[in-house]
This record gives sequence, C-alpha cells and structure tokens, in this order.
Amino acid sequence: MVIEPSSGVRVQLFVTCLVDLLYPEVGERTVALLERLGCEVAFTREQTCCGQPALNSGHPVAARTVAGHFLDAFAETDGPIVAPFGSCVHMVRHHYPRLFADAAPRQRDLARTLGARTTDLASFVVDVLGRSDVGGRYPGSRDDAPVPVAYHHECHLLRGLGVADAPLALLRGVAGCTVVETERGDLCCGFGGTFSLKMSNVSVAMADEKLDRALAAGARAIVSTDVGCLMHLEGRARRRRLPLAVHHLVDLLEPDGRL
Amino acid sequence: MHEHPQAEPDAGVSLNLHRAAGNWARQRGVARARVDWEQWREQARAVRADAVGHMDELIDLLSRRVSAAGGHVHRARTAADAREHVIRICREVGARSAVKAKSMTSEEIGLGDALAAAGIDAVETDLGEYIVQAMGDRPSHLLAPAVHLSAAQVAELFSRESGHTLDPDDTRSLVDHARDVLRPRFLAADVGITGANLAVAETGTLVLVESEGNIRLSTALPRVHIAVMGIEKVVRDWDGAAHLVQMLPLAAHGVPAAASTSYITGPARDGDDGPEQLHLVLLDGGRSSIQGTEFEAALHCIRCGACMYACPVYRQVGGHHYGSTYSGPIGAVITPLLEGLTPDTAELPWFSSLCGACVEACPVKIPLDDQLVMLRARAAVANSAAAGRRPDPEGALFRAWAALWSRPATYRATAATAGRALAPLWSTIAREHEDGGWHTRAPFPFSHFTDGRDALGPDPEPFHARWRRRRG
Repeated sequence: MVIEPSSGVRVQLFVTCLVDLLYPEVGERTVALLERLGCEVAFTREQTCCGQPALNSGHPVAARTVAGHFLDAFAETDGPIVAPFGSCVHMVRHHYPRLFADAAPRQRDLARTLGARTTDLASFVVDVLGRSDVGGRYPGSRDDAPVPVAYHHECHLLRGLGVADAPLALLRGVAGCTVVETERGDLCCGFGGTFSLKMSNVSVAMADEKLDRALAAGARAIVSTDVGCLMHLEGRARRRRLPLAVHHLVDLLEPDGRL
Repeated sequence: MHEHPQAEPDAGVSLNLHRAAGNWARQRGVARARVDWEQWREQARAVRADAVGHMDELIDLLSRRVSAAGGHVHRARTAADAREHVIRICREVGARSAVKAKSMTSEEIGLGDALAAAGIDAVETDLGEYIVQAMGDRPSHLLAPAVHLSAAQVAELFSRESGHTLDPDDTRSLVDHARDVLRPRFLAADVGITGANLAVAETGTLVLVESEGNIRLSTALPRVHIAVMGIEKVVRDWDGAAHLVQMLPLAAHGVPAAASTSYITGPARDGDDGPEQLHLVLLDGGRSSIQGTEFEAALHCIRCGACMYACPVYRQVGGHHYGSTYSGPIGAVITPLLEGLTPDTAELPWFSSLCGACVEACPVKIPLDDQLVMLRARAAVANSAAAGRRPDPEGALFRAWAALWSRPATYRATAATAGRALAPLWSTIAREHEDGGWHTRAPFPFSHFTDGRDALGPDPEPFHARWRRRRG
C-alpha cells in the first residue's frame, strides 16, 4: 500500500519510553519529518511503555500489565501507529500475540489488530508513503567533504522484523555523508536492554567490537534506529574518547542539517 | 553442570573464536547461494518436528529394526544408566582399551571419566577432542571442540608429546603427529565408542557424519561398536534423513557434503569386515520431559553449531564459561531444561542479548530467542520461590514499575521525577558532569551501565511535556 503524501494520512505517534525520557528530540524530529511528508500526526498522551523491559527480564506478568495499558491507550485511535524505534515495534508485533494468547477476547483481538497497525518509522516512510529519499543533511557537513558514516542495524528491526533496506535507503539520501561498509555490520552491539546491566562486561566487549570495526572502516559516525543501541554505543565511545559521533537516523533527515 | 557460569569476556579465547566465526560467516553466504535456504530450513524443521512429535513411536520402531538387523538396544533413562550400560558392555566383551569418536552425548553423560574409573583405557580420536583430552581440558564447541585454542597452543602440546619441536604453521606435521599416536590405538582397541548424528527408524540405520575419518575407523576396526545417542535424534525415514545429512554440513561449515558419512545397519554379517557386535544406547536424560511443552522445538536441534558461531555472546566468552556440556544459545536453552533450574543453570538464559542471530542461523528454525525469554521468566519464578519469605527485590521492583507505568499520570510523574527531582541526584553522583547530559556514574542499578560506559541522564523535559507545551 502506498499512500499519496497529499492525502494527509493520519498517523499515531508511538514515541516509546526511552525516546520520551532520554531522547525527546528524536520524537520531535520524527513528528517534523512525518509532517513534512504530509502526514497529520496524532499523539495520545495515554501512552507509556510497551512492556519490553519486564518481558525480557523474565517478568511477563509485569510486562502484561504495562502492555495491557498500551492496548487501552491505542484502542480508540485510528491509522498507522509509527515508532522511531524498531525494538518496541517488534515487541508489539512479535511478542504481544503470545503475551495475550490466553487473555480475554478483547485484549487478544487488540493485540492482533494493533500489531498489524504498528510500523517502524523507516518502513512507514519508504514502504507506506513510498518515499525512499526524503533528503536531509549530515549536521554541519559540506558536500565536498562528506562524512563517512557506518549504519548499525538494530537487531530487532533487522532480524526480528526483517527490515534492512528501508533505513539504509533513507540514509543514502542524506547529503554530506557517505555510507561505509563495516565488517559484520549485522552483529549485535551488545545493548540488549537489561542485558547491558546484568552482563555489563560482555555487553561492553560487544560494543568495542562494533566501535572498532566502524573505526577500521573509516567511519566518523554511527547511525542507527534504536536509542538503546545509541546510548550504549555513544556511552562507550565517550568513555574511550573515540572520534565517533552517534546519531539516530531521523537526526540526519532534517533538511537544514541542524542538530 | 560442571562449574558456575561466568559471563566474562575472555580476550584470548575471543580472538580464536572471532577467526573461526568469521570463516563460518563467509562460508554461510556461499552455502545460502547454493540452495533455496529458507525452503531447505522449513523442510528440515518439518522433518525434525515430525520426529520429535512422534518420538516414542519412532524410538520403538528404531529399536525393533536395530534388533532385527542383529544389534542390541539399551534404553537409559538417566546419564548414570547410560554410563552403566556402556561400562557393562565393555566388561562383558572383556574390553581393556577403547577408541572414542567425538560425541557430545558421551560428554553429557560424563563417559570419559566413567571409563577411566572402570579401568578402560579410552582415547579420543577426533583431532580436537584428542587435543582437549591431552590438555586435560574440555570441549568448547559442538563440532569444533578445540576452537578456543590457537595453533601455537596445539604445537606446544604436540612438541611436548613427540619430543620434537613442531611448527604451528606446519599443520601437516601437527596432523601427522596425531596420526602417529592414534593409528596404533585404532588397531589395538577392543571397543569403538561413538555418538550418532541421527538414526533412521524405518531401517534401524545409524548415521554418523564426520570430516576426519576417525569415526569410520572407530566403527570398523574394533570388534565391538557402542553408539550412545539421545532419543530425540531419531527420524522417521530416509527422505527426512537424506535432507538432514545435506543440511548439517551446510549449516555447520557452509559445505554441501561432509567429508565422510557412515550408515550403519547392524553389526557385520556373513563374514564381512567390521564389528561383531553393535550396541545402541538410547539416552533420555530429561528429553522426554521437554516433549509436549512450549520448549519442544529445542529438541529439533541437529547439533550443527551454527548458533554458536552466530552468537556474539558466545564469541566473547567462549564455550567454557557456560559451565555446561552444551554451550552457546542452544546450550543456554537445553541445559536448564535437561538439568532443571538451579542457581547455576538459571544464569544461562542471560547469556544472550536477544539479538536473534542464533534464530537466523538455525537450520531447523528453533525460536531460541523466544525460548530464552520464556526461560528467564521460569528462572525468575524459581528465584522468587527459592527466596521464600525473604524479599525478592527484582520481582518487587518490576511489580512496582508495572503499577506506575500502566497509568499515564503516574508514568509521567515518574518521568518528571526522573528528569527534574533526580537530576540533582544524578549530578551529585556523577563525578564528571559532561556535556549534553552525559554522566560517568549513575545510581543503582544503572551503575552497572556506567561501569564501562557513560550514560545519558533523563531529559529535564520529556517528549510528553514538550508535546503538551507546544500542542496543548
């Protein structure tokens, strides 16, 4: 399904808790992009979190309490639900059906219908709006000296939802940067939610592998679609004082290249 | 379970594993170009699902066919039962020495130590297994037991054994040394002990896949062959077996066929060369308790090792740190299932960032990441039960969190608190307050995060507040 931008499609923003609390500007840039592409963005202030932190930590009852609220928050809304964070989309689409398998029919049905409506930002722009190039500029860049950037595939987007091409297509449309290939770009960066706390040392070793390979490929920045990965990678790069910037994809899709 | 699991990166092991995993990843591309990979996976999954779904029926059929072909079948409910069968057979045939081919099932039941204790001189004949046995070490990978070691470490061992200085780059001389040691052992052994990659129920045929030729020698030269196999390895028929025999080397090494595959139906007959006796020891070892549960797909595993090479956590820590016979993602799933949840096995589902690389690599489509998540839940329940009346802080924390975050008002209140009220706390704790809200220290439990990374503190104005301010 491709929707003409002029048709003013109404989109529900699912901002996700980590974007809300840690990266609110990623949420604002998501709204700006969608509006620039002709969407009408609605935001229900009922929304909180998808429940993934509890599920992945082995607390499905707590996860279901919070996920049940997600169902209520979006039950009365209409249109596609779009999130700038693949992992939370994966939670709704992949885990909700099992989480609510033995729930009351209303929740079971909502889990299915909301799952079908929920999409990551890049797939929505490329596959639904039919826009594989939305422009954008790498912050502070010049055309004669493009910044080499490495794209980091968010695991739950790449393997969980099978989305590899859409975010890369948008990144390739950004002026002032070139995408460099890194060895084993499909490897996890080691964030993994509570994994980053429980297995801190392993998590950091995985970040180092990712960062070192990006540097080896000549990258000066890493771009991804998961703010968990972003905080983990930038936090490690800062600790090691590496010459690597870290950006959410949507940061680069601003037309004037300001951050 | 041999040891407490330790989730520590191991720099030396990791380097050796990165090399092996890199080779595997390159070969994987080659393999997938050869066949319709997704269709092949689905077919392999279906073969295994049929087998595991009808395990009792197929094990009965297999047992009848093996007996009809002149073999002896021994059922073992536990690892101890399986060890006793093997030792008893060895004693009955008056065996003093044995050659062992690589078998994770024999590792699982601790057969090496049991044979030694029974006074049977058993040598591992797979090159990697031979190396780890000679070093007093343990295998760290399903197919590549010595993958954690470097050529230099092997050359040092073999130089000591042979009394000559062997060059780590001269793999030929290393292999020649192993051959010189092992060849007389094959010729002298009374018993050959192997595992089996699968068994075909309709004809009672054991299928053994290998790359070195030691299995062929172990099953042909000694006068008695004992195969120890988990009951889940049975498949219904030759159609299914033929697919898996092609899928296994493709998934394991990216090659279309193994160097050698042995198909064994009964002992030697009518004056043929080969063993006079064939014994098949069928191990349950907790497998039947997984059948019919939400974890049943874990029994589909064909032990190809692909999930291990794919797993970034396994690459960092190596197989030994799991503290269990089976390591990597499949080990983190089946160890707690086979052995039950103990404080040790309950750690294993955490040996994963849930990145899904194992699921993508698995040739029989085991949903390992979902199973790891479900096992974490079982572990949390076991933890909570073990805590009894004592406080269960993690469970309490998540219950409180769920109560707060399932209501927008209290969610936003905690967000505001985190951003505003906690901001001074974060700043106090943070020794260095860096630019843009990054901190070098954070309050517990986020202090684990800042052990190795800086952390972004909560934004003073979350998105919810910004939206309300701008859009009402």
